[in-house]
Amino acid sequence: MGGDTWLTRGAGPVSRSDSPRNLRRKAAFQRAVLRAVGHLVLLAGSIVMIVPLLWLVSTAFKKTGSEWAFPPVWIPRPIWWRNYLEAMDVLPVPFVRYVWNTLVITVSATLGTAISCSLAAFSFARLRFKGRDTMFALVISTMMLPGVVTLIPTFLIFRTLGWLNTFLPLIVPAWFGGSAFSIFLLRQFFLTIPKELDEAAKIDGASNFRIYWSVILPLARPALATVVIFQILWRWNEFMLPMIYLDGMEKYTIALALRTFQNVRSQRINYLMALSSLQIAPVMILFFLAQKYFIQGITLTGMGGR
Amino acid sequence: MQALISRTRRRRSLNWRETRDGWLFILPWLIGFVCLVAGPMIASAVISFTEWKILKPPEWVGLGNFVQVFQDPIFWKSLGNTVYYTFLGVPIYLMASLLTALLLNMKLKGMAIYRTIYFVPSLTPAVANALLWMWIFNPDFGLANAFLGRIGVAPQRWLFDVRLAKPCFIFMGLWGIGQQMVTFLAGLQGIPVEMYEAASIDGASSWRRFWAITLPMISPTILFNLVIGIIGSFQVFTTAFIATKGGPQNATLFYVLYLYRNAFDYFKMGYASALAWVLFLIVLMFTLIQFKLADRLVYYEMAEAA
Repeated sequence: MGGDTWLTRGAGPVSRSDSPRNLRRKAAFQRAVLRAVGHLVLLAGSIVMIVPLLWLVSTAFKKTGSEWAFPPVWIPRPIWWRNYLEAMDVLPVPFVRYVWNTLVITVSATLGTAISCSLAAFSFARLRFKGRDTMFALVISTMMLPGVVTLIPTFLIFRTLGWLNTFLPLIVPAWFGGSAFSIFLLRQFFLTIPKELDEAAKIDGASNFRIYWSVILPLARPALATVVIFQILWRWNEFMLPMIYLDGMEKYTIALALRTFQNVRSQRINYLMALSSLQIAPVMILFFLAQKYFIQGITLTGMGGR
Repeated sequence: MQALISRTRRRRSLNWRETRDGWLFILPWLIGFVCLVAGPMIASAVISFTEWKILKPPEWVGLGNFVQVFQDPIFWKSLGNTVYYTFLGVPIYLMASLLTALLLNMKLKGMAIYRTIYFVPSLTPAVANALLWMWIFNPDFGLANAFLGRIGVAPQRWLFDVRLAKPCFIFMGLWGIGQQMVTFLAGLQGIPVEMYEAASIDGASSWRRFWAITLPMISPTILFNLVIGIIGSFQVFTTAFIATKGGPQNATLFYVLYLYRNAFDYFKMGYASALAWVLFLIVLMFTLIQFKLADRLVYYEMAEAA
């Protein structure tokens, strides 16, 4: 096969013993070593990644007074689950209220993004009209725009509309294509769906909306799932915008409540960790449940600029 | 002849319908773009030429705010902090997430578990995250000092130490590399296996395969993560707002935190808008430089031109 050049190159005088069989054995050995090293590095990294979260859980279950033990104790004794109830008692508004507020904002904003962004993405991926590419370039440039630049005028607009201390500034923009990234991701995915499917529907006399709704959307489920998960994560975790727009305790989201709690009761770290874990838990559960869809969606859309 | 005319007429009406639907579908996004992105950007430029203390009517000051910005030592301090954080943090995160993605792309047992462990910390809400790290870096009872004490290092004051506060922030950011890592993973999985097989037959070492195949093939992903990473890093806010409030001695007073204070603590809308525009121009400059460099360094497959 004329492979001698690379066989001998750099192999030195022992190259004569490099029979194909030996080479194969050597390659297998190399792979095994590589795999072992891979496991070792990944395992070490895993520990580093997981320690802070374990520490959070551990602290959340420590009885008041024992949380300051030094050197730190990992397994609390007793395991004091009542922290959760005690911490909620300290809050001025029932914790359920914050959960409800966060849910309302998260669900309505996510729904709005999914609908308005998939409509736009459909148009960019499937319909031909003058000015389309210019419009899409605007979407892309919005992705590169630091959000702070528009922060002050939008605040003033919502203030003029009398929307301060309501959920509207956090929800309404989502219904107007507020996530350029989602439009981009959905469009990329729509492009991969065979055009023949729309053509067939068109011949049957289907309107564009019908094609969007009954052909494209059902096929785009992984991409939609990715957008929805990203949105839920982002809205659930968001801090800056709710802080700017909401100022009544009964309107607060979980993130805002945690922060007030930090200011009032900075000494009660076990309560703080208990409530923090309540903000984290739903997100983690969601990720575990949707994991398959999520990874699939990202891989299929070839996100990451490809 | 008759048939031909009617066919062109039909096509024209189809085109018209497509144009109408095209604009109709992007309408929600377009309204959002005009009212919440383009409009506010222009408004913010106008406001930046005024002195506006929100309760009193705005007063035209021309370039006054910008002159003031460049003479403001705290502006320079916050810009310096942000640039430090960006230029040290972004490359570290980029390398760390690429390295992790490479490891997570190996064919190993238990990969799903590893992937979850590496991704999950990036799901932690910023507020809970900030509180957790404050607790870990607590100078008296924190995990960090306990661990260092074990290996004989003197306790540190971490977030309260002018020299250590910023490196601590960069360190904390390592737990959030999950999303970048997933994009890299998606990019890596998009590389055709045949390329590696062909290279192996030609006797390329794994090191060489990395430089000759992997790196060029994921260069678009690298660019994407770099651009988005820098934009995000210039807007770092929540952790500093909660954990250090900009201290000690303004060592973690990042740009957006300073902007936020001007707008929502001191109600200097004009000055804050000037700050926003300066930030926008800086970020724009960096983005353009990256795209310029990318022209030479990033490899795009020809098929993707469509």
